[in-house]
Amino acid sequence: MRTDGVHTERAITLHVNGSEYEALAEPRRTLLDTLRNELHLTGTKKVCDMGDCGACTVLVDGKAVYSCLTLAIECDKRPVATIEGLDDDGQLDAVQRAFVECDAFQCGFCTPGQVMSLRALLNEDRAPSDEEIERAVTGNLCRCGAYLNIIRAGKRAVELLAAEAVK
Amino acid sequence: MTTMHIDVLRSGEGRDGEYKVVEREHLPPWEEGASLAVVGKPIPRVEGAEKVTGRARYAYDVHLPAMLFCKVLRSPHAHARIKRVDSTKAEALSGVRGVLHSGNAPEVEWYRDSRLFDTTVHYVGDEVAAVVADNEEVAEDALRLIEVKYDVLPFVTDFTRALDAGAPKLREKGNVATEDGKPKVYERGDVESGLGQADVTIKEEFRTQAALHNCMEPHGCVAQWEAGHLTLWDSTQSIFDVREEVAKKLALPEHRVRVIKQYMGGGFGSKQVAWKHTVIAALLSRQTGRPVQLMLDREAENLAAGNRNPTRQRVTLGARRDGTLTAIAVKIEQSVGTYMVGGEGSNTPGIYQRLYRCPNVRTEQWPIHTNTGPAVAFRAPGYVEAAWALEQAVDMLARELKMDPIELRLKNYAETDQKREKPFTRGDGLRRCYEAASERFGWRLYRRDAQSGSKRRGIGMAAHEWGGSGYPPAYAWVKLNADGTADVVTGTQDIGTGTRTALTQIAAEELGLPLDKVALHLGDTAQGPYAPVSSGSATQPTLGPAVRAAAADAKRQLLEAAGTYLEVDPLKLRVQDDKVFVEGEAGHATTVEEVTQRIAPHMIQGHGGRGPNPTDKSIRTFGAQCAEVEVDTETGDVTVLRLVASHDCGRIVNPTMVDSQVVGGVTQGIGFALAEERILDHRRGVVMNANLEEYKVPTVRDVPPIEHARVDLPDTAANDTGAKGIGEPPLIPTAPAIANAIYDACGVRITRAPLTRARLLEALQRKDQPP
Repeated sequence: MRTDGVHTERAITLHVNGSEYEALAEPRRTLLDTLRNELHLTGTKKVCDMGDCGACTVLVDGKAVYSCLTLAIECDKRPVATIEGLDDDGQLDAVQRAFVECDAFQCGFCTPGQVMSLRALLNEDRAPSDEEIERAVTGNLCRCGAYLNIIRAGKRAVELLAAEAVK
Repeated sequence: MTTMHIDVLRSGEGRDGEYKVVEREHLPPWEEGASLAVVGKPIPRVEGAEKVTGRARYAYDVHLPAMLFCKVLRSPHAHARIKRVDSTKAEALSGVRGVLHSGNAPEVEWYRDSRLFDTTVHYVGDEVAAVVADNEEVAEDALRLIEVKYDVLPFVTDFTRALDAGAPKLREKGNVATEDGKPKVYERGDVESGLGQADVTIKEEFRTQAALHNCMEPHGCVAQWEAGHLTLWDSTQSIFDVREEVAKKLALPEHRVRVIKQYMGGGFGSKQVAWKHTVIAALLSRQTGRPVQLMLDREAENLAAGNRNPTRQRVTLGARRDGTLTAIAVKIEQSVGTYMVGGEGSNTPGIYQRLYRCPNVRTEQWPIHTNTGPAVAFRAPGYVEAAWALEQAVDMLARELKMDPIELRLKNYAETDQKREKPFTRGDGLRRCYEAASERFGWRLYRRDAQSGSKRRGIGMAAHEWGGSGYPPAYAWVKLNADGTADVVTGTQDIGTGTRTALTQIAAEELGLPLDKVALHLGDTAQGPYAPVSSGSATQPTLGPAVRAAAADAKRQLLEAAGTYLEVDPLKLRVQDDKVFVEGEAGHATTVEEVTQRIAPHMIQGHGGRGPNPTDKSIRTFGAQCAEVEVDTETGDVTVLRLVASHDCGRIVNPTMVDSQVVGGVTQGIGFALAEERILDHRRGVVMNANLEEYKVPTVRDVPPIEHARVDLPDTAANDTGAKGIGEPPLIPTAPAIANAIYDACGVRITRAPLTRARLLEALQRKDQPP
């Protein structure tokens, strides 16, 4: 903690969803707080702020990370993908469509994190096993208890992707 | 059609005997088997796209220009007097815009007998000071610079010790949290003589834990005080209650306070009152002239934003050899924490009074103050706790009598509400749930696999009853636009349950419009008419009839306008799927849009209110669940293999939403049964697991196949939509069904929730080595 009012902010460049943002970040500021408070990308949710719940999941270099456990300065010039970048001008992507179709949420607060965790899996492997789908969201809590439908949605997204590939 | 008059509510939820203005509506009910176009269909959530794209804006997501961030300093002591707060250093820190504490804040009364910033703190987590700063980091640093001198006082956090002689007193009159210091007693018949008639008696003590809501979105708000107007974006289950309470606390007229809540990341009962954050943020916004965000962090969420009260219940049941119950008695002690928060009460005795037919019942309820965070309603408050005890006691009785547990329950089936002395609107509800659940589960055909190794399997079931009737008053408006679309406006809120979707369906059905031509607007006190708190599983049966009435009023005007230019008696006109036609004639005469275009820019406006509940009947909801478990007697591991739930919520307006509510409720029930527990260190008064690492909510790995065996029983005596509530019930019987299944599997009775591995192993050991 500093008590002298001096802040050691550092200029960083964030590449979020293909756009470039200049930001000033204190060394201790998390990627989560930077996305929400500086870039106003509030789709990524803050729930536990200590890596317990997965609501803040985003992709850095294509891998799912807890943005509350990632410092903003670590992400300087690295590609970051958030829930806001998933749809194509309102056209939902396969995971998003599957979530709506399968009613894989109630309050919706954990949903961006769940969707990003599955997105990370499907970016690596378009035909994962049921076990891999479940494993992908084991770190994402859902207090409304939509888990069974989240798993259904994961499987449905695989089907939707396969159908897209055929086209 | 709409008449205003003063009416006395006789069967509202906890409002019996109050005078209220009620708008009485007379619509013919949608009868069982009625052919409905939109209601009853599995429509996906209307706000689905907003939620999966991250565009749904929750209170936490409101970012206003020049917004400041507020953090709260909380008491490290379970009980202390604050001698002095020195915030000089904090205020001097660059970026700090204001500090509030007992030394400088306006005196605002809170929790009946305390203040917004009091000079006595009553639990670890109690509010001591608040800092507002340019960003979160500065606010956090400033909290550490506030110097507080405490006089530490004796405390008690264990409610089973709080009534001991010599226990520290939280209030002058003692620790019993009732006006007169006496327990709340309900009695019918004579329990002593009932026990005298009994051939079999069951006596057992049960305990339930303090459970924490842990909504994903914490409590909090953004406050903007501008030009004498206060706007609050609050994560709340009740925008109108927050407006009323905040206006009162700040001595503002209600039209100067606007409360908005479009989306909410879970409430489960904990967000039904105006908590301190609303007024703290408002005061700091007024002081700084800037918008202020105050969201609780996860630790505060676990300490200071409510909990399910822990209980101890001493249950006595008496029955004849044939299973007929002759007496039910219970002494309930429950910790309400340090303050009385208000909102929906924890009705722990309720299920003992109504679930079974029994002439002799006595319930004694002792609410007890302790130096812990205030208890607040948590999804079926009181009923989850009581079902754990009663439904295990009934299982014990069934075993004692060598009767099937469902047969025993049917033997004591209640056709009437014995507390209100009125028949139920649907007395067959629970029977149908027993049938649907047991049939889908295969209860009667269940064959235990041959036992091998340390694994044992077993089955168990439990039942419940609950309110969920809905009640007046609540209002809705319908506006028909020139292009034939409709805006429906109401001041209710969708707390994640599907209210938006289900009410859109009700409006579309009555208006005769396709779903995509109806938009539902809610969650803003400045835009919609009054609707009550979203609690008590009451929103659907409260708002559904109000929305239907408003739509019917608009439709009547639409058909009158159509009748004029079609030169047809409007009473002969019908509207369905956008088309207006004359009853009995082929083809349609006109369309909704044609009518609205003709009269534009004049606008048809429909108004509707929720009518009163019947006075001669009691509206209740019911349910039953069956579970199969596997117990590893060596490790104490419990695996719930499958669970079937059946719940009577009247007409099912949207099967997808109801399925999700049922499965979600059961999932929380599994957490309550097996893992969730606030752990207190009673020597220091500290909560040891105020986070999501050590407070264990269920994960995707903990959920077995959960099936919803639907019973779709339109309750047309309850209201004209036939729908009742489903929000809370699915959680009630889950834990005792699992506990009963564990007994069935391995012969040990776990009376203390949650049913942890340690408790199970200990019980197994006692069974193998009796003293």
